[in-house]
Amino acid sequence: MNHAADLVSRALAAIAASADLEVLDQVRIQWLGKKGELTAALKALGSLPAAERRAAGQAINAAKEQVQSALDVRRAELERRQVDLQLAAGRIDVTLPGRGEERGGLHPVTQARLRIETLFARAGFDLAVGPEIEDDFHNFEALNIPANHPARALHDTFYFPDGRLLRTHTSPVQIRAMLARGAPLAVIAPGRVYRCDHDLTHSPMFHQLEGLAVGENISFANLKAVLHGFLAAFFERDLAIRLRPSYFPFTEPSAEVDMSCVFCAGSGCRTCKFSGWLEIAGCGMVHPNVLRASNVDPERYTGYAFGAGIDRLAMLRFGVNDLRLFFENDLRFLRQFRAF
Amino acid sequence: MKLSYAWLKEWVDVPWDPKELGSRLTMAGFELEGIARGAHDSILELNITPNRGDAMSVLGIAREVAALSGRPLRGPVTHAVAAQLTDTFPVHIDEPAACPTFLGRVFRDVNNQAATPAWMTARLQSADVRSVSPVVDVTNYVLLELGQPMHAYDLSSVRDEIRVRYACRAEQLQLLDGRTVNLSEDMLLIADREQPIGLAGIMGGARTGVAGSTRNIFLEVAYFAPTAVQGRGRRLGLLTDASLRYERGVDPGLQRRAMDRASELLVQIGAGKAGPVTAAESREYQPQRAAVGLRRRQLTRLLGAEIAPAQVSAALRALQMSVQEDSAGWQVTPPSHRADIAIEADLIEEVARIVGLDQIAEQDANVPQHFAPLPRERPRDAVILELLSARGYEEAITYAFVDPQLQRRLFPEREALALENPIASDLSVMRVSLWPGLLRAAAENQHRQHERIRLIERGVCFIVDEGTTREEDRLAALACGGRLPEQWGVPPGDAADFFDIKADLEMLFVATGAAEDFHFEAAQLSCLHPGRAARVLRQGEKVGWIGELHPQIVRELDFTYPPVLFELAFYDALRAQPAPYKEVSRYPMVRRDLAVVVNESVSLSALRERVTLSASSLLRQCRVFDVYRGPGLEIGTKSIALGLIFQDFSRTLTDEDVDRNVESIVSSLRTSLNAKIRD
Repeated sequence: MNHAADLVSRALAAIAASADLEVLDQVRIQWLGKKGELTAALKALGSLPAAERRAAGQAINAAKEQVQSALDVRRAELERRQVDLQLAAGRIDVTLPGRGEERGGLHPVTQARLRIETLFARAGFDLAVGPEIEDDFHNFEALNIPANHPARALHDTFYFPDGRLLRTHTSPVQIRAMLARGAPLAVIAPGRVYRCDHDLTHSPMFHQLEGLAVGENISFANLKAVLHGFLAAFFERDLAIRLRPSYFPFTEPSAEVDMSCVFCAGSGCRTCKFSGWLEIAGCGMVHPNVLRASNVDPERYTGYAFGAGIDRLAMLRFGVNDLRLFFENDLRFLRQFRAF
Repeated sequence: MKLSYAWLKEWVDVPWDPKELGSRLTMAGFELEGIARGAHDSILELNITPNRGDAMSVLGIAREVAALSGRPLRGPVTHAVAAQLTDTFPVHIDEPAACPTFLGRVFRDVNNQAATPAWMTARLQSADVRSVSPVVDVTNYVLLELGQPMHAYDLSSVRDEIRVRYACRAEQLQLLDGRTVNLSEDMLLIADREQPIGLAGIMGGARTGVAGSTRNIFLEVAYFAPTAVQGRGRRLGLLTDASLRYERGVDPGLQRRAMDRASELLVQIGAGKAGPVTAAESREYQPQRAAVGLRRRQLTRLLGAEIAPAQVSAALRALQMSVQEDSAGWQVTPPSHRADIAIEADLIEEVARIVGLDQIAEQDANVPQHFAPLPRERPRDAVILELLSARGYEEAITYAFVDPQLQRRLFPEREALALENPIASDLSVMRVSLWPGLLRAAAENQHRQHERIRLIERGVCFIVDEGTTREEDRLAALACGGRLPEQWGVPPGDAADFFDIKADLEMLFVATGAAEDFHFEAAQLSCLHPGRAARVLRQGEKVGWIGELHPQIVRELDFTYPPVLFELAFYDALRAQPAPYKEVSRYPMVRRDLAVVVNESVSLSALRERVTLSASSLLRQCRVFDVYRGPGLEIGTKSIALGLIFQDFSRTLTDEDVDRNVESIVSSLRTSLNAKIRD
């Protein structure tokens, strides 16, 4: 009995002392292997007197079981420790940046234009386009601006030697859209326009939004509703608008559109020159001469038109205070508009 | 226009302080730009729209204030100056249509060296008009007060007569400002027997101008038709107080009153003696204001608001219109100063303006339901730009006019459209490609110390083709610098090359749903590296270019890394095509890799074509997974590693099926391309 107990205590000590799985396996072989000490003790039972053999056999078997179970426990423990070591070695710094390409972005003017297109599409407006090189007829004549008209002085026009010109506004698209589609229609025409003017607040190339709706009973009241609805949706706030009588040769009546300042909500700040209002668009009811020039019967149809600066809308939306930044294409500027 | 508040009060009892006046005028169509306050007066700066020449005077604004406030119009009483002399001066009107009214008056013994009274110089000053001499000051004063331009000639220097005629060819005139201008035949002149002495309605001539020593003058107060003045001044670079008003339309009924007012002031200040007023008039050419019909129904329809009939006629009468009711609405005759009222819509605007645009309530239009199609052949730029920006590109917007020198350097063979009046010589021709703009933007960014630049632009290019210009929507990209942004774990110094950018292009082609329609063909473009340029073809049609900038131009533009560029015809290249669903095989794929050694001159597309032709339909894909040159290979050859993938739809392939195919491919490559197969 003492013999078995002695074996067990020695085996357990060896198991406890084994530092890794390899050593532990050697311990197992040393005690439980074919030539192991416990195996040998079992084999030696035959040399015992028959009376003792049974008890001794039981004792050794019990010892074997005890050693085996200690081995299992130790193995599990060492395995767990090994996994822990692997995990510890495999730890990464999760605060390092991710690898690969970084996102670019759309130009803020494009973002404003796309936003405008989406909003008007929801309200049932189609998209219309026209060429950037125009002729005098579409850019001026058909819009009720005959040669020498004083209103031409307000358009610093780029000309080509053959008399064609770079369109000074998107209004020629009104004529083209009506000629192509006829009444009734509701379109917007965002696009590039050009004026030979270059200073702090003017760029020789900029972007305009034209809107036009013609139908049997389109009214000034409808125009007010569309402008208010669009501006409120574009700036995502319940802003006020006011219309001031003005003059455009191609609309009658004509008005300038002011909206309550989006920076100070009308209380007065530098952006609105302390007036509480921002000038944002020109508009009016399409002049009968323009309808006639576009083959639309002014007795049957009425229509409204409006024009706004897309760059200005983008400046107000993104808080950009200098128009020229839009066309300098400085990456430090462009990279600020990567959010969708 | 600058307007003295005190002067205005002389004409109408303004019930508002300057600020309130400014806001009332703003809401009536005369936008206040600012107020300058002084100790005794406030000066309002108003923006007068070009249709309202009649409002470019104290009288004109006083009329508006009277209409808005209901206060009566008053103003200084003018006393006609009786003739003390019998002297007249002959005036001949050759062009009565251009000048239907010409009043003249001779003044003698005027003291033009007298001091202009302080009250008058102060008022002139309020409108930024400098005091010159009594005679000139009076003409300016009446212009500002009544809106009637007038001109005083030194009578002694006018030869024999005054004639209103158009200029002859090659005539010249030295103007009061000292400049000599070349006249053209559509310019209306005031001339004497010998030569021009003034540009009608714009500026007088130097020879006949009044000076301090002038004693005798001839005063002209005329009505010139706007069409006879419009545009001429601008062509000569002249914008005067007179031309500004004549172009917009002076009141044709104002000349006598203005003559009386000027005479009164002249005699009062210059102490001269006046002759009788002579008039050269052609009644048939004097503008008549015809009655304009205004229908109640149309008023309501156009404004979308009901305005009480009494309010309508009150608003129009307040504007000095004569109003008669008829069964449909009103017959309205505008006063002589309102040349802008010609059609019904003009009257509707006046009613809306006086009643107030804020009185019109917003109303949603009843629009027909209409679904606009989204044609696949016109992909939305939002999608394309977003795809590229997700791959690191920033969208740029550059000017459509570019530097002719740079553009010619890049595209010597392409003709460009030049502007007649560019703002700068380096922005003077229309772009034939988006590359000049992108290269300039990239160079500027490199200058700002950006090493890695990726830009895209979508915009119109102006293609000159046998004398006609075509506008073509294009999409272009430029990439230079690192293949990836500088970061840990990626070796630095690996610059993006042709194939990095080609991948971006191929991504777009996959997005069209027709990637297999696109081909790249080695080709030459003078601005691209001759060995690293390709034309992009879609079903054989030329739709764009890709390539590395020519090394010589890289040096000239001082780029650190050679930019790689592409440009596509937006719609031709990117129109999408619905790709029908293709069945997916449920049987396993078998892959065989093949390293093929060929001569450098053999392109992958040639190799691939051979492979496809010699294999059966079981070949699903032929991938390239390596291209090798170097030790172990003869110089001038390369090894292309192909991954051949076979699959059938009806069964699992056997080794024999695949071997047969591979053998056929190998033997075809050997015989047709002289290829060797590497083990």
